[in-house]
Amino acid sequence: VTRPASLAAGALSTLWLCGCGGVQSALAPAGTQAAAIVQLTWWLFGGAALIWCAVMALAVFAVRSRRAAAPSTADRPGRRTVGDAVRRHETRHARRLIVGGGVVFPVVTLTVLLVFGLRMTPPLLAADGDVIVDVTGERWWWRVSYARPDGPAVDAANEVRLPVGRRATFRLEAADVIHSFWIPSLGGKIDMIPGRTNFLTVEPTATGVYRGVCAEFCGLSHALMAFDVVVMAPDDFDAWLRRQSEDAVAPATSVAETGQELFRDNGCGACHRIRGTEAVGVIGPDLTHVGSRLTIGAGTLPRDEASLAAWIELPTTFKPGVEMPSYHMLGAAELAAIAAYLETLE
Amino acid sequence: VSAEAVYEPDVARAQAERLMDVWATPPGWRYWSDVNNTTVGRWYTAAAFLFMIFGGVLALVMRAQLAVPNNDLISADLYNQALTLHGSVMMFLFAVPVFEAFSIMVLPQMLGARDLPFPRLSAYGFWSFVIGGTFVCGSIFFGAAPSAGWFMYPPLSTAYDDGIGPDIWLLGLSFIEIAAIAAAIELIVGVLKCRPPGMRINLIPLYSWYILVVAVMILFAFPPLIAGDVLMELERLLDWPFFDASRGGDPLLWQHLFWIFGHPEVYIIFLPAVALVAMIVPTFAQRPIVGYGWVVLAAVGTGFISFGLWVHHMYATGLPGISLGFFSAASEAVAIPTGVQIFAFIATVLAARRLTMSVPMLFVAGALAIFVLGGLTGVMIALVPFDLQAHDTYFVVAHLHYVLIGGMLFPVAAGLYYFFPLAGGRRLSDTLGKWAFWLMFVGFNVTFLPMHLTGLKGMPRRVFTYPENLGFDLLNLLSSAGAFVLAGGIAILLWDVVRPKGQSPFAERNPWRAGTLEWLAEMPSQPWGVRSIPIVESRYPLWEQQDFVRDVDDGRFYLPDAEEGARETLVTTAIDADPIQCLRVATPTFMPLLAAMFTGGVFIFATFHWWWPALASGVAALTMILMWLWTGTAVIPEKPVKDVGRGLSLPLYLSGRSSVGWWAMFITMMADMTAFVSLVFGYLFYWTVNAEFPPAGAALLDSTWTLAAAAAVGGAWLATVAARRWNRQSKNARVYAALGIGAALAAAGVATTLGMLGEAGLDPTAHVHPATVSVLAWWVAVHVGAGILMQAYCAARLMARRMSAQNDIDISNVTLFWHFVAIEAGVTLGLLTLFAVGD
Repeated sequence: VTRPASLAAGALSTLWLCGCGGVQSALAPAGTQAAAIVQLTWWLFGGAALIWCAVMALAVFAVRSRRAAAPSTADRPGRRTVGDAVRRHETRHARRLIVGGGVVFPVVTLTVLLVFGLRMTPPLLAADGDVIVDVTGERWWWRVSYARPDGPAVDAANEVRLPVGRRATFRLEAADVIHSFWIPSLGGKIDMIPGRTNFLTVEPTATGVYRGVCAEFCGLSHALMAFDVVVMAPDDFDAWLRRQSEDAVAPATSVAETGQELFRDNGCGACHRIRGTEAVGVIGPDLTHVGSRLTIGAGTLPRDEASLAAWIELPTTFKPGVEMPSYHMLGAAELAAIAAYLETLE
Repeated sequence: VSAEAVYEPDVARAQAERLMDVWATPPGWRYWSDVNNTTVGRWYTAAAFLFMIFGGVLALVMRAQLAVPNNDLISADLYNQALTLHGSVMMFLFAVPVFEAFSIMVLPQMLGARDLPFPRLSAYGFWSFVIGGTFVCGSIFFGAAPSAGWFMYPPLSTAYDDGIGPDIWLLGLSFIEIAAIAAAIELIVGVLKCRPPGMRINLIPLYSWYILVVAVMILFAFPPLIAGDVLMELERLLDWPFFDASRGGDPLLWQHLFWIFGHPEVYIIFLPAVALVAMIVPTFAQRPIVGYGWVVLAAVGTGFISFGLWVHHMYATGLPGISLGFFSAASEAVAIPTGVQIFAFIATVLAARRLTMSVPMLFVAGALAIFVLGGLTGVMIALVPFDLQAHDTYFVVAHLHYVLIGGMLFPVAAGLYYFFPLAGGRRLSDTLGKWAFWLMFVGFNVTFLPMHLTGLKGMPRRVFTYPENLGFDLLNLLSSAGAFVLAGGIAILLWDVVRPKGQSPFAERNPWRAGTLEWLAEMPSQPWGVRSIPIVESRYPLWEQQDFVRDVDDGRFYLPDAEEGARETLVTTAIDADPIQCLRVATPTFMPLLAAMFTGGVFIFATFHWWWPALASGVAALTMILMWLWTGTAVIPEKPVKDVGRGLSLPLYLSGRSSVGWWAMFITMMADMTAFVSLVFGYLFYWTVNAEFPPAGAALLDSTWTLAAAAAVGGAWLATVAARRWNRQSKNARVYAALGIGAALAAAGVATTLGMLGEAGLDPTAHVHPATVSVLAWWVAVHVGAGILMQAYCAARLMARRMSAQNDIDISNVTLFWHFVAIEAGVTLGLLTLFAVGD
């Protein structure tokens, strides 16, 4: 009996060393909803640990006490013995254990839990946020659009920015298969289902960069469908959104200019849009302000010139099955030029 | 008449020789033609374990890939195939079949029966299982395995998968699901109708209670999945848009049908494992279980509740709050019967005088520690807010493995050590058993305990890789290391089973001093199962009935002989276990094997769209099944009654409600009806999700046609009922006439049911409404078509004098089939007349 106990202790201490933090951790909340859930989590963990220990203690006691009992030849089953009276008495106690432990205790505990859980649920799935962000899951990236009361919606991709302290509601849809939208630091997840619109409301409480992922298996590169979540001060957010609503800046350097021409000549604009240029495609991510994003390829690579060039050359190296064709026929200089151009699109 | 037969050694020896002749396993290559439950059960169990090894190796490959971040050991595609197959294999090819297999092997012995009522059906189910399972597993070696996850959510598995992977999954596993239902029917009839005289329903071993509950659950859980499989295959093959939102379909219908199956499935796996524990604990406590009634109630209760909580797999799909509340409550409630069972076992130990610890008990203790933790995390994720974080993360991976490995694999290991003497005649090694246990226990916890944290730290499930430095690198490495330790433990366990034991002596009889009937077996066990079928008066007859073993061995009970050279067992009433028939069961035959091969051919050829071979294979399968029915079922015996011993004479032929065949047909049709209701549910579901259903401007049916079809099918049903009645009165001319008119009306019913679709110009690819109407109409047409075949079969049987006024099993069961067809046709045509008819 000591062996499992010490093993369990060893395992737990290892887990403890791993900590709870991280930009994608439900245990390191940065939003009201996630914080409420994590509080519930610790209560549940505590209760579960107590109950587990109690049941195990009872089982160990039962086994140990009966193993220690003296063997008795008169105890062969079937014989009516003096022990029967004792046993009948013990059986009555044992029945009480079944009713108490198996019926009464769980009914009470579970009722309390249920009421608690049900009261917590509605705010998570509300649709009444101050900021409305439309997100559509596609294989394997995120189409993002910020609704604005005073103008047309602002399109972006693979990154979500939110103002701290304001309730934000995501309107979630799917373009192809089922995806699931999850920012562990801010709140729970909700599926994106073709033909339906689902809602998820969060309220970030701390500025910073977090990470969201797709939580529903969506095929080959499901593992590579993530996005950055940047929580900003409200003023910064407003300024950022204004900038995002503007057209792309014109290339300022000759390399960037070459890059723009190559972008055009290689037909990139058939899939990608760069507002203010001839590129008006809507199949792939909007690249108008790609230079302001933290990562590319839906959270797959850091956004820098080298990564951009490598991605354009052979996207499937980084994301198997991605719909974007490879441009390995372009020379290194050409790839670098396109990358340099995209870098300027802040 | 003397109840206490006189024992004469010479007579008894001659009886035993005759029994041996009849029940002996065929030698040589004909070994594979055996249909006896012991042989088939052994094959079945071995095959299930082979599939487990395959699924386990896939898991190790995945754990190796996930050991370090950004690993490229295997490709994303291969990982997804492995992930899909691991889940599918463990669920469909191991966890459910291993219990059916084991029950086929041991249930008759627990009930003191010589065999199950339908040995050829067991053999057919086994061969189907092997063929279908090999087909599904083998696909990964050609890179063609399904890769959309074991849950196969559309549209990923429909519009976004052009390969044959999903077809392999849908057709291969449907085939196995049908085998699973066949085994379930066998087991239900076995528990209810093939018990020893005197074993009233409140005396049956807990194991058989659990098997009864589980088999009934299979009956109601698998058909919705089969209905879903049919819809999905129709969408893939013919583009009928059941799950395509742009044409009125809804991917969520699949999720409902899948989880209406999928959640009971968890309990279908878990309850038989509890059943093993319920047999093991009383033996080592050397006392009857405490709270037999509570345990039975809890098992039945779990079965019921398990059908009411499927939506907890769908909390994140955006369902309305009221649904979430209801299903959250039901999900929590299932903890109550589970708790009752666990406390009943602890109470039994507490009420014992002395407990013997042993390898089986070690595994039971390990199961308790693991399962209770899994149950507690289950209570956590039944709460909607917590689940919205934990859902689809490694937390759930941890939870489900705690439940399934603690609730299933460890009890199975316990059962293996406990029951092995029955199959192998020897006990397994205590030393190896302890090694296996500790490696498995430690390995399991090192693998899965960290995953709770991995999940809450943000790692989603079903990912082939993950980025570094998100805080779960070390946790994953730990899990991967643990997986190999766990695998090492399982390897020792399996080695202990298969290692050559030629030199070691056989175990003593009843080596654990157990109290239930299966331990009557001699070591090694005899093919006849039990020397004579005993009269049972208590729950633990070996403990509580005087001179019980001696009386059985001396042949003092029923059927101690096989004078006519036939394999025989007793049939009793369902509640009181009064003997009512001496049932002759099948002897070895290759027909089930051939029938399974041809049935497999239909599914396998259809996967590759080789329609002509599929059709030929189908015809061959049908021929084989008809031959098997013609030659081996409802055989008119050479004499009406037989002396089964102790002065009791029983009929050899029984039809109608007391016969096993009637029960099997009834149970089969309940499963059929469940699949049908699932389709109707689908129709009504689409009605609720579509604003307009049928959509404006849709082609609609003509009520003249629907009513004409209903009248034709109704007439065919009445004609069949009349034919049965006239057959009882030996009015053969009228029987032929009624069957002829019935068949003609049924043919007219098929023609109008399908004709009304064409007449209305329905295009099933246009919208989900015509697609659903078509699938319902085809369902009716196929059933009525099968009914025609059955009517013709009855006429032929009568003509061949294989059916008569007294011996009317065939027409009696066919009439029962027609009752169900009449209901299904009536509901379908009524529904269509109400909802799908134009002005």
